[in-house]
Amino acid sequence: MLLTIRDLSKSFDTTDGPQPVLRGVSFDLDAGQTLALTGESGSGKSTLLHLVAGLDSASGGSVTIAGTDLATLGDAGRAAMRRDTVGLVFQQFNLIPSLNVRDNLTFHARLAGRDAGDVATLATRLGLSDHLDRYPEQLSGGQQQRVAIGRTLAARPRLVLADEPTGNLDEATGDAMMALMRDMVTDAGAAFLMVTHSERLAAMLDDRLHLRAGRLA
Amino acid sequence: MNRAALGALLSHWVRHPLQALTLVVGLALATGLWTGVQAINAEARQSYDRAAETLGQSALPRLEGPLTLRDLATARRAGWPVTPVVEGRLPGSRARLLGIDPFTAPPTGASDDLAEGAGLTGFLTGDLVFAAPGLDLPDGLPEVRVLDDLAPGLVLADIAVAQRLLQTSDISHLLVLGQAPVGAPPLTDLLPGTTLVDPAGQGDIARLTDSFHLNLTAFGLLAFLVGLFIVHSAIGLAFEQRRPLFRTLRALGLPTGRLTVLLGAELLVVTLVSGTLGILLGYLVAAVLLPGVAATLSGLYGASVSGSLTLSPLWWLSGFVMAGAGLALAGGQSLWQLARLPVLAPAMPRAWARAQATTLRRQAMAGVALLLLSLSLALWGQGLVMGFVCLGALLLGAALLLPPLLSVILDFGTGRARGALSQWLWSDTRQQVPGLSLALMALLLALSANIGVGTMVGSFRATFVGWLDQRLAAELYVDPGTAEEAAEMVSFLEGRVDAILPVISVETLLEGAPGDLFGQVDHATFRDNWPLLDAVPDVWDRLAAGEGALVNEQLARRTDIWAGGQIDLGAGGTRDVLGVYSDYGNPRGQAVLGIDDFNDRFPGVTPQRYGLRVDPARAPEVSNALIEAFSLPEGRIIDQAGIKGFSLAVFEQTFAVTAALNVLTLGVAGFALWASLTTLGAMRVPQVAPVWALGLSRGRLAAMDLLRAVILAAFTAALAIPVGAALAWVLLAVVNVQAFGWRLPLLPDPLGWLTLAAWALVAAALAAALPSWRLWRMPPAQLVKVFAHER
Amino acid sequence: MNARLIIALIWLALPLHAQGFAGLGQGGEGFALPEPGRVFDFPADHGAHPDYRIEWWYVTAALTGEDGRDYGVQWTLFRSALTPTGPQVWMGHFGLTTPDAHFTGERFARGDIGQAGVEPTPFDAWIDDWLLTGPTFDTLQLTAQTSEAGYDLALLAQGPLVFHGDAGFSIKSQSGQASYYYSQPFYEVTGTLDLPEGPMKVTGKAWLDREWSSQPLEGDQEGWDWFSLHFDDGFRLMAFALRGGADFHYASWIAPDGTLTPYYGDALGLEPLATSVVEGRDVPTRWRLTLPAQQVDVTVEAVNPGSWQSTLFPYWEGPVRVTGSHAATGYLEMTGYE
Repeated sequence: MLLTIRDLSKSFDTTDGPQPVLRGVSFDLDAGQTLALTGESGSGKSTLLHLVAGLDSASGGSVTIAGTDLATLGDAGRAAMRRDTVGLVFQQFNLIPSLNVRDNLTFHARLAGRDAGDVATLATRLGLSDHLDRYPEQLSGGQQQRVAIGRTLAARPRLVLADEPTGNLDEATGDAMMALMRDMVTDAGAAFLMVTHSERLAAMLDDRLHLRAGRLA
Repeated sequence: MNRAALGALLSHWVRHPLQALTLVVGLALATGLWTGVQAINAEARQSYDRAAETLGQSALPRLEGPLTLRDLATARRAGWPVTPVVEGRLPGSRARLLGIDPFTAPPTGASDDLAEGAGLTGFLTGDLVFAAPGLDLPDGLPEVRVLDDLAPGLVLADIAVAQRLLQTSDISHLLVLGQAPVGAPPLTDLLPGTTLVDPAGQGDIARLTDSFHLNLTAFGLLAFLVGLFIVHSAIGLAFEQRRPLFRTLRALGLPTGRLTVLLGAELLVVTLVSGTLGILLGYLVAAVLLPGVAATLSGLYGASVSGSLTLSPLWWLSGFVMAGAGLALAGGQSLWQLARLPVLAPAMPRAWARAQATTLRRQAMAGVALLLLSLSLALWGQGLVMGFVCLGALLLGAALLLPPLLSVILDFGTGRARGALSQWLWSDTRQQVPGLSLALMALLLALSANIGVGTMVGSFRATFVGWLDQRLAAELYVDPGTAEEAAEMVSFLEGRVDAILPVISVETLLEGAPGDLFGQVDHATFRDNWPLLDAVPDVWDRLAAGEGALVNEQLARRTDIWAGGQIDLGAGGTRDVLGVYSDYGNPRGQAVLGIDDFNDRFPGVTPQRYGLRVDPARAPEVSNALIEAFSLPEGRIIDQAGIKGFSLAVFEQTFAVTAALNVLTLGVAGFALWASLTTLGAMRVPQVAPVWALGLSRGRLAAMDLLRAVILAAFTAALAIPVGAALAWVLLAVVNVQAFGWRLPLLPDPLGWLTLAAWALVAAALAAALPSWRLWRMPPAQLVKVFAHER
Repeated sequence: MNARLIIALIWLALPLHAQGFAGLGQGGEGFALPEPGRVFDFPADHGAHPDYRIEWWYVTAALTGEDGRDYGVQWTLFRSALTPTGPQVWMGHFGLTTPDAHFTGERFARGDIGQAGVEPTPFDAWIDDWLLTGPTFDTLQLTAQTSEAGYDLALLAQGPLVFHGDAGFSIKSQSGQASYYYSQPFYEVTGTLDLPEGPMKVTGKAWLDREWSSQPLEGDQEGWDWFSLHFDDGFRLMAFALRGGADFHYASWIAPDGTLTPYYGDALGLEPLATSVVEGRDVPTRWRLTLPAQQVDVTVEAVNPGSWQSTLFPYWEGPVRVTGSHAATGYLEMTGYE
């Protein structure tokens, strides 16, 4: 099993005392599987994704990626996990503003010490061939997200995490992007976990879990 | 409306106390540095002016020639306030006998004891003399009373008594205490055969202290420039940070004019608060450094500067002017931008940075233009003001060129980087340049100023010590006294020393201006030690053969007569100029003839001093032998090593002051850098978060931030070294020549420069330490927020 | 310590002057002493008498300017012998008084070099460039200046010399201390004052005192008040009071032809009417002077109460205006007010 989540819980400290956001969530995800995590705003789905990415620490339970419990890793270990095993696509602010498209595309792969492969082919598939020398702020939102997806795929992670990756895009563009991402992830044999509040997008993936008030429904 | 808007503007400072602190402290530091240097300068000048009056008194003009007390009466009956002095060696002792006329004399060290009364009649009737402690006096003197505060080696007597003891009816000279009434004939007409001698050395002291003040003024100017950049940077950031707030306020209907007025009022308050703090800080700086400056001035030039400070209104004013000027410049520009800002202008830092591309090009062009201006002024400019303009243009030009140059270097680095990480580091650093450029310019200026001034002081020191080597090449100098004594002394010294070099000179007109003409024996001492700026072939042989004269640099520059030319040496006749030698710190013209040539021209003149060449290890022995044999008092024999040691100690003082100012300017520049980095740290989270998300730990990111600051400082330092060297060159070869007519050679001090550069790196690392630490310790939630939907 | 002070100390140190003016009363061993019945020998006696310890040439001039205001000029040359055989020391005083200002000057010189001295024929008294000089004692030119002010006056005698006391033997105390003392009180003066605001032409009357002695005062006498008055009817009056111990009063009534009548003791009445604070001292600047034998009962008032000579031994000296039974101009000197 690539990703195992057991009894995961998370509380945030507020002025009214600890506020539970996740209350014991468990599920598994294997290589080649695609899973959508849906829920209302505040249901805890983004928090869950952040915990899986090791961007934040859980209050209880465990996240195990490829046999490694994240709780046993320090800051540097989790960073290494993100670098080598996980790929992340967010709704926005994915790109490094000081690098051009070409360097952004290959950045994650090179950071992980891998060959980024054929950038030209990747760019063609993503429809970015004409934009390789541009900088992020010179691209449209859709183009920026395509760069983010391409960067993740170029790094060939075993687990791809996405948080509303098309949230900033219009419906048609978003759907096209979603399909592209799903296909490319499954082609690579990776696992894909996506957080969204959209039923329509969730339907495009194999499986689906619904989160309500921090619990799986 | 005003209240609400002002409340909103001020709430920013309440919410961001650190930023408020940055602005106020930055401005206060800049003001403090400027005020401190100004204060030292003003105090030193004021003290010096006071001291100059005293010096003027102790260095009175004197009338020399064949004189008796009758001549005193003649001069006084004509209305001249003169007093007679007779001097000589007290027969049978090593003491110097000084005879004075208490009725017309200025005060002496004996005044207090004369005050005791009973001795006075005795003093006047020849029954009592005063003597310094520790003197071995011969028999046959009147009653001797020992006075502790009498100059060492001195016996003081009434002039009639002194004449009797010296068996002379002459007096040595008349001191001229003041001016005669209108219509009184000149003293030299009244007493034919006499000459009026201006106090020697007085001009030198004034000129040298001027030189020191010029250096301080230059430092003050540099401090001002550094401060201006810091103020500019602090204000610019304060405006940049609040742009979204301005936009919101205007969107809510606050007129631009009103907003501008409110911000202007805010600036005024900041000026007053920071200015006051800065002035107090400057006072502190000055109070701490002044003793060093005072010691330098008194040690170098014998000018006394009081070590205490007075807080004059002038400082307050100059401090506020400094803070106000910075604010007017920085704030004015920001206010102008604000007035033109569309209501919904983007607040994106990257957009702001992109707009910088045009700015960078303009800066580069302005910088090059300023450097060209500086160069042309250095080559063709005339006058001291042009020298300072040249200095300013050099610094401003270099500062303006810094951001474009850094951008080019970092772009190049980005292009050449292999690893993803290094590529990101280069490119991200490049992106920080606009935000940090003002702070980096301040660092550049601070570092250049330190390198420049340090090099100048170092060159001055090396040159001065070299000059001492040159001018005090002999190990011992002895004042031979009378001609008979001189002859005795020479025969005594034959065989005991390697060489006896007479120092012999007359005062005459050199190309129409008063100067000194020396006679010089032909000796290896001079051939080896005197560096000639310009010379004909076989210059020393020709000088010895009496074929011409050497002149000093001042005379050559003033008259523009160099080797190969002809010069009018007044009583020395018209001569070929064989060479030009450097003569630092001496404002007077000087020329040198071969000794035989000189003696032919001036047969009656005897040497004022003998320089004795001797194995340095044997110098004390010879010195003691001379003292024994001739009962020489202190002061008539000078030991070269002692003078050099003293001079070096004085320079150590100067270096201590310079070093303290270095630390201060670097500290201020470091503070500006810290302020900028702190502000940028908050704005940069969206740029850092993706890298973190992609798998770079906060620790490494923080380390890279630190590294980035050091890299920027390193490039800045690399640029500062040539700029500093150029600055030193302008100070030494342009400003000094315009001010004093002599040029100091530039002595590069690479080790010192590297040390300063290293300190700049340390300052940058310290400045980046806190922002980096904050990044390292930043809660992940804060980084994650960047990606959150709510954003 | 400044130059002035050291000189001051030298003078203070002279035995003669050990206690300021009061010191004039101390011993004169080895010096010649005044005797009654001296036959004066002129012009030789206009010159110095180095056998005696102290001697002076003392000119005061009460003047009126072109502007109608009162002015006063003082010029004094003192000679002092340190020992009967030792060096002579000279001191010059300068005074110039206007109704609202007073200028002081002071010079010192050793005696044996020509910087200061007195020659009787032709008459020449000088210290530095301060001069009292002329072909005879009757026709003199008086010049002196300081950095602030100066004067240049011509003095022309309109009468004979007069001899005080017993034909020039002037007793100064009950126990017989005395000096030789004669005057020329009949000078008419014309000349110019150099004032800070510009030159001022003046005319008036001058008085020249000559006096020498070796121990002129009693030990307990502290100072004196001295008056020289030129009455409008041509008479002159010299009066002095020596204060301390038993006060000693003396007056010379001088007719226009030079006939002198001496008066001693109570014959002369002197009563301070008002004092002024000058340099921190109370100094009488308005006096009632009575000489009933000549029907004189006048009020003497200082032209400028601030006529303070801030010299080595400070004292008050300045021109006066006289009203009452007789009108006069003149000079007042007051010493010993501490």
